[in-house]
Amino acid sequence: MSVIVRKVAQLLSAMIFVFGMYVVIHGHIMPGGGFSGGVLLASAFILLILAQGKDYFQLKQQRKITSFYESLSVLLILLLGAGGLFAGSLFLFNNYLPKGQPGELLSAGNIPIYSILIGIKVAATLFTIFLALTIYKEEVSK
Amino acid sequence: MNTEIYLAIILVFMIILALVAIHAKDLLSAVIAQGAIGYGLVLCFLLLKAPDLAIVQIVAETITLIIMVAVLHDSTWVERRLPMCRRDMVNYTMALLLGVVLLYYFIDAISVLQPFGEHTLRMSEVYAYKAIELTGATNFVKGVLWDFRALDTMGEAAVLFTTAIGVLAILRLKGKKN
Repeated sequence: MSVIVRKVAQLLSAMIFVFGMYVVIHGHIMPGGGFSGGVLLASAFILLILAQGKDYFQLKQQRKITSFYESLSVLLILLLGAGGLFAGSLFLFNNYLPKGQPGELLSAGNIPIYSILIGIKVAATLFTIFLALTIYKEEVSK
Repeated sequence: MNTEIYLAIILVFMIILALVAIHAKDLLSAVIAQGAIGYGLVLCFLLLKAPDLAIVQIVAETITLIIMVAVLHDSTWVERRLPMCRRDMVNYTMALLLGVVLLYYFIDAISVLQPFGEHTLRMSEVYAYKAIELTGATNFVKGVLWDFRALDTMGEAAVLFTTAIGVLAILRLKGKKN
């Protein structure tokens, strides 16, 4: 890609990443949340790789890292949900943390934590799929 | 009333685009027509006052479009057309039969439902009027997703997880030994 495309992609991907973080963190007080924010986070990385080419990052190492975070976030969601069993309720995924004032950033008990974890998970999954599509094609063509 | 007119226009537009996607000469225009159908769905969601779904749809649509174009970039743009054989006829008749059966049961089921816009409000009344008090989240959709229906959402996340594992397993053409 030309210099203009690469530079604009660099600048934009930072902004997309910050907006994705904003959507993920404010999931419980405005439209958005883990899924859409996670896709935004992944698209920031995908934009960078599409503009810069495959050799910009060490992609193989990245895939291991994204797989790790994907599995870790699912495990944390399950553990957090199972915590409801010990907090005095009879079913998984009970909202047992303090609720706080509705509309504040720190409110709604477990929901923001789930949002952040799901955001990490969706971003890692989409980025893993994209990396798999790029890496393994290279392996085959060798 | 206005909303329904806009919805009808967008739906007709989407049907035309779907026909374009089937009959397009090269695959790139078919993929782009598919993307336009997705964005039409975004407009439908916005008109029906579901910004959450619209955001998810617009980002997922964009990512899908990028990945599809990237795949097309590395493969051919021309669709392979094979002559019709007897097996195709069987497939077409099966698809038609399935469509007729589904339509029959759809019409059968729709007579039981209440007219559009008037739902039975046994469970959703609690959701609608007590959600903020019970969950503490002002975003009603997130409250339902991660409090009342959190186990369902966990299943949804598991689907995505399985997708990633499946993609990795299928695309890894080289075995681990060599």
